Amino acid sequence: MGGAFNVNHFNFMLTGAVWTVGLSLIAFAGGGLLGFAIALARVSRNRLLRWPATVYVQLVQGTPLLIVMFLCYFGLAMLGLNLPAIVAAGLSMTIYVGAYAGEIWRGCIQSVPRTQWEAAECLALRRWQRMRLVILPQAARIATPPTVGLMVQVVKNTSLASIVGFVELTRAGQLVNNSIVAPLLVYMLVAGIYFALCFPLSWWSRKLEVRLNFAHRRQPDLAFAPA
Amino acid sequence: MSAVVSLEDVHKSFGALKVLNGVSFDVRKGQVVAIIGRSGSGKSTALRCINRLETIDHGRIEVCGHVVSDERVDLNRLRRDIGIVFQSYNLFPHLTVEENISLGPRHAKGMPLAEARRITTEVLSRVGLLDKLHAYPEQLSGGQQQRVAIARSLAMSPQVMLFDEVTSALDPHLTGEVLRVIEQLAAGGMTMILVTHEMAFARKVADVVIYMHEGRVWETGAAALLSSPATSELQQFVGVTL
Repeated sequence: MGGAFNVNHFNFMLTGAVWTVGLSLIAFAGGGLLGFAIALARVSRNRLLRWPATVYVQLVQGTPLLIVMFLCYFGLAMLGLNLPAIVAAGLSMTIYVGAYAGEIWRGCIQSVPRTQWEAAECLALRRWQRMRLVILPQAARIATPPTVGLMVQVVKNTSLASIVGFVELTRAGQLVNNSIVAPLLVYMLVAGIYFALCFPLSWWSRKLEVRLNFAHRRQPDLAFAPA
Repeated sequence: MSAVVSLEDVHKSFGALKVLNGVSFDVRKGQVVAIIGRSGSGKSTALRCINRLETIDHGRIEVCGHVVSDERVDLNRLRRDIGIVFQSYNLFPHLTVEENISLGPRHAKGMPLAEARRITTEVLSRVGLLDKLHAYPEQLSGGQQQRVAIARSLAMSPQVMLFDEVTSALDPHLTGEVLRVIEQLAAGGMTMILVTHEMAFARKVADVVIYMHEGRVWETGAAALLSSPATSELQQFVGVTL
């Protein structure tokens, strides 16, 4: 590319940003599913579900995401499993988000008052019905702000995938800078694009909170529990 | 007539604290039993043991043919026969009044939606709140919330209803509207056990009054008991509250 900063450099960085978004979406989807399973396992009455989930969360929370990425990319390669960078990065992010989302949601489930469990129990609802119809809808409301907060962290942490050679926004910025050596300009742009991705999320979080309360009052039929 | 609810020598401790110390009493079909006593006398715990929100350490509890004290008891069948109304209402805040009430019939009993709705409107009109069908709990007064909680319990068509200090969180005016609903239920022949601090109300609706003290049934008898206590403890208790 060489020379002064031009539109091609900028387009290259935007393409990187698209991959940042893609990796983030993989992390939200994979990590969300895993996190939901982890949260349910953590509040389970069955020790065989609770213990492995606890160990998993402790292990991941006690390990830098960067090391998880190294393990998924370089480590698995040593075992003959050569994953493409996007797959290794997606897997790492899923592992990471699964642990953190699982812990956040466990807390939200447990913060629904015990008396709600009791009331549901006294209506002869079975455990899964109590969870699905009474506890989870209330936990979801509590979970919204911290979950969106986690999503912002996830978007920013996808930058670590640059280390395993995945050309997302940060890596794209590095490549442009290697070519034209204008770190202030390039990394200001990178920061600006990250901000443009994250700010709407935080804004949406606040909006969602208000709307959940609003819908709760104004649109009774939308909340009707499915059979 | 045989007992619908029967407690025999029930013991219960929370850690080192002995809460129930050999409680025995029977409730027959259609009877209204008021359990009175100081805070910490074990009356609410006794009530919670009856529908197995608490397990007991020793003794036997039977409700409508279910041996509650047996750990193999089918809790879901037990809870269809026994309703409970709590001091703090415990309505589901994310559901409308209609959804709160129809939840049990639809999901626990597997009733079709139309039938659950019919029952919902029926029990809601019994507590005089048909106009609140689509309201959320937070839009209702405490008294209205408690009446919805009663309706929610009624919708399961229980054989016995338990009331755990259901007016303690309400001011006197709202207390009145809740007590009137309970009175109607009593008149309709519902078997009920009420833990209450409302002495005048206990005297009015209860067939049997049980005075609990230090985890025991200290005195029991017809409502007239409150006017002529046999023990100094009940005398003192009634003297304090009247």
